[in-house]
Order: sequence, then C-alpha cells, then structure tokens
Amino acid sequence: MAPERPSEPMTAVATPIDGATVKKDFPIFRRDTPLVYLDSAATSQKPQAMLDAMERYYESTNANVHRGVYAIAEEATAEYEGVRRKVARFIGAPSERSVVFTKNTTEAVNLVAHSWARTHLRAGDAVLLTEMEHHANIVPWLMLREERGIELRYVPIGDDGKLILDDLDELLDGVSLFGFTAMSNVLGTLNPVRHLCDAAHAAGAVVLVDGAQYVPHLTTDVSELGCDFLAFSGHKMCGPTGIGVLWAREELLDAMPAFLGGGEMIRDVRLDGWLPNDIPWKFEAGTPPIAEAVGLGAAIDYLKGLGMPAVREHEMALTEYALRSLQERHGDDIRIFGPPVASDRGGVISFDYKGIHPHDVSQVLDQAGICVRAGHHCAKPLMRRLGVGATARASFYVYNDPSDVDALSESLGAASDLFLPA
Amino acid sequence: MSGLEDLYREIILDHYRNPRNRGELPSPPARRAEGFNPLCGDEVVVYLDLDEDGIVRDVKIDGQGCSISQSSASMMSAAVKGKTVSEARELIRAFKAMMSIHEHRLDGDGTEVVEVVAPDPTVELGDLGALRGVVKFPVRIKCATLSWNTLAQVLDEAAAGPERPSEREAG
Repeated sequence: MAPERPSEPMTAVATPIDGATVKKDFPIFRRDTPLVYLDSAATSQKPQAMLDAMERYYESTNANVHRGVYAIAEEATAEYEGVRRKVARFIGAPSERSVVFTKNTTEAVNLVAHSWARTHLRAGDAVLLTEMEHHANIVPWLMLREERGIELRYVPIGDDGKLILDDLDELLDGVSLFGFTAMSNVLGTLNPVRHLCDAAHAAGAVVLVDGAQYVPHLTTDVSELGCDFLAFSGHKMCGPTGIGVLWAREELLDAMPAFLGGGEMIRDVRLDGWLPNDIPWKFEAGTPPIAEAVGLGAAIDYLKGLGMPAVREHEMALTEYALRSLQERHGDDIRIFGPPVASDRGGVISFDYKGIHPHDVSQVLDQAGICVRAGHHCAKPLMRRLGVGATARASFYVYNDPSDVDALSESLGAASDLFLPA
Repeated sequence: MSGLEDLYREIILDHYRNPRNRGELPSPPARRAEGFNPLCGDEVVVYLDLDEDGIVRDVKIDGQGCSISQSSASMMSAAVKGKTVSEARELIRAFKAMMSIHEHRLDGDGTEVVEVVAPDPTVELGDLGALRGVVKFPVRIKCATLSWNTLAQVLDEAAAGPERPSEREAG
C-alpha cells in the first residue's frame, strides 16, 4: 500500500486570509511594543469575540450545569451542551455523544490510556507509537508499560522528517493500539492519517490520533481521517486554556469504564455502590470547564468565519514563503528540520541557526518583540533522533503574515553578530 | 526591558566561545554527575577529582547548552579548581545568592517566609560576577545554576561515600 497524501478535504474556493487584517481581531496585537508572535504551536492568541463570549457568560449566565432547574442554570446547560454539538460538527463527528470535554490534549490521551487501555491491555500486548510524538503521547504509555508490562514499538522517521513506513505492517503485527500525531509539533510533518488508520485497522488495532496541531489548522472530519480516538486542545485554536476534547467512536466510549470519579459522571450512588452516567458525561467528573466551553464555541465560530480551507491555504502559503525566504537569505547558515515541501507540512518550522543555541537565538529575537519557542518542545526522543538538544521553532496561525517572517529573518543576523562576530 | 548587554557580558561570551576545563575525566577515580534542565533540554556533566585532603585536584565539564549554562559551567570549573570542598560549597551558596535563589517556606500560621540568603562578602566571586545580569532574565536563571546544582550533587555524593552512578533533574 502506498502512503497517500495527507488527507485534506477540499471544499469550495475560500476567501483568502489577510494576516494583517485578522490581527485586528486579536487585542494582544495592540500592545505598545511590537509583537511578532510566532509561537502558536504552543498556544494561539485569542480573538476579541472569544474573550467577549466568556465575559458575557460570566456576567449574564453563570450557573452550574446539569443541576439547577432555574433559568440561568438551564441556559448554562444549554450553552455548554450546545458547544458539544458545535465541536461535533466541527470535526465531522456523527453525534455529540462521542465528544468528551477534558482539560487538554494530554488529559484526553491519558483518558484513553487509563480507561480503554487498562481494560484491554495485558502484559505482552503491544502499543505502536512514532518517534515524532509529543511527550503527551509517550509518557502515558511508558507508565502503562511499567504498570502492566506492555510492549512499546515506535515507527522510525527519516532524515526528511517523515515516518518511514516500509515496515509498517510488521510493526503493526499483533498491536492493540496505534497512537500517532496527525501533525508533528516540531517538524510540522503532516502524517498520512487515513493510510495509517487503514493499515492499523487491517491489523486489528484501534487508532488514537493526537490532533493538537492538526485540528486548529486543517479541516477535520473524523470519518475521513478514519481514526477511533481523536484528542485536541482548545487553547491552540483561538480558545481558552483549560478545555480539550476527546472524540471517540461511540461503541468504544460506551464500553469504556469511567476515568475520574465524582459528581456528574454518575447515574446513582449508594453507600455501597454506584452506577455510571451515560456517555459522554460518564467521563466528565465534577464541575466541567463551562465558561471555557463557551469560549471554545466562540473560537470555533471565529475559525468557521474565516473558513478552515482558507486557514490551511493561508498557512501553507506562509510556510512556503518562510522556507524560501529563510533559505534565500541565510543559505547554509540555517538548517530547517522536517519535510522540504510546504504541502507536506503545517505552519511549524524548527531550525538551527549557525549552531547558536536556540535559547540564545530566542533571547536575541525577543529584543525585537519576536516570540519563538526554544527548547525540546516536549519531544526529547525526537530531539535525540535529530541529534540536537533543542531547536528554535517558529509557528504560524491566521494572524501571521509575510512581514512576521521578514522580521524573524532580519533579526537572526543580530544573533550572529553577537555570538559569532566576524 | 533590560538590554542584551546586561545578559551577554563580554566575559560570558569569552567563556562560551572558549570554554575552560572542557572534557572528561576517567571515572572512577573521578566523580561524575549529570544535570538536566527539563525546560530546555540542556545537559551538563561534571567530573570532579578530589585528592585525599578533599581539595579539587581537577574538574571537567561536558554536555551541551546555551551560552549562559555553558559559560557558567566554564567559570565554575575555573573557580573551584584547587579549592577545598567546603570552599566549593561556599561558592555554590554565594553564586545562588547572587542569582536571588532564596529559601521559601510557610510559617506556623501559614504566612510565606522568604529567607534571603545574603551573599557572603568574604567569598570572592571574581569573573562569576559577570553573571549577575542573568537575574533580570528570570527564565535564564535555571541555565546559569544548572552546573552549580550538578556540582552540589557531585559533592553530596562524594560526602556520602563510595561512588555510584547518578542522574537527576537539576532545578
């Protein structure tokens, strides 16, 4: 089976995004000092509409959900559950029953590792991951290995930053779960999700996709992706921190035991026993992040207003511009990790500049108000594979434009002047 | 905003470009400890050779990191060579005081007490004083203290007895 191109559903031609115009929707860019924000892979900035929605919720509706029978409690519940439907539509899920609100992507992955995996995996069972995973999709499985004695395998990556899939069928042989990122947070690599899901299903494995870097940037349709679990965070897609999503096929969720115990997740409690609530509430113990859900709903509205195909087009054009202009200006002084072609990657560019440590590069860039991430990006195994301790990473979103790339390119010279004087 | 010249003093850049005491020592007899900065992936390995009188006969630094962590390690190695263990510990304490690292604890009634570790005026920091500017860049303090925490660890292990391999997160 030949790997397919990364799945990217095409819809009608979108209105192009102009980063400079979009910036006006984000109050943070009104700071007195210039802000060149190139760290959206860590967290995105927040549009005014999202901030207004959360403030309006607290000012006019605030009440706990699924409890009171008074008006604002019903309004709060309706808003919270309305966002669940909105999320379901945003990711092409057949039903909102399959949308579980979590704290973030990490908690969503841990939910799968605790509930699904501790039900299904015994000593000797195998889980397949990849070398490009974020720690969030490695450590929960390492913990399970220590606890249960499961076997962990990893799909290797090549020097082009793509998965090496030549031995995929052998790696999948006997595997119970295949967990992988749809898009690398370091390399930007877009993985062939559909192909990987089909291969995993043919081998009898279920698939967990880490969508933290994918869902905010590309049109997402879980039935087209073909996965069984999809995890993502609100704060990387113009939403607030503190809310994430686990989507799963309903029959999987129905069969999974509860994760955290407490209020909300029960149908009945007696002194000597309890009955779980229906999905998805079975997995939402305690008061959920209600205002954050409202914010996530507003963030989805905002992104839909721009159009996800337009978001992807915008970021691909910007990535293409960045790859070209950085290389034109800096030549061999810059080493860009990951796939060389913009269509194979999202808007994430990790690089080494003249061997200057990323901390130092980032510190110099900060003087010009340029925010890039420096470090291991919670992917230390990948750093070891790349043979570096850390990288500098620039990542793009809807509010970036070529001038941000130009500012980055220009300021790199200052780092060279300081650390490598002629 | 503080200027970069407060952080990247010339002497720091000199130690970064020309690190002193770079390399390894055979271990044993030398003590070896690794420190990691979990935030940024910096790693430092400190090799320490103590003579029978408890004097630092030799010290070597290995690992990788940014200009601040590497220059701090380089200056540290130059500063402790030939010193006694207790002098080395005094240097660690003085350096951390310069980095404004103080002990935080809760009082009996729950109020937070910050015990300010005053720099000991009798401890000569010399070149190390150039790292004073790091305090204005709080994120980088961990870079500057990485090698010092690792040195403290190696000294603790030496005091504890026979060598054993170790690894810890320096913080």
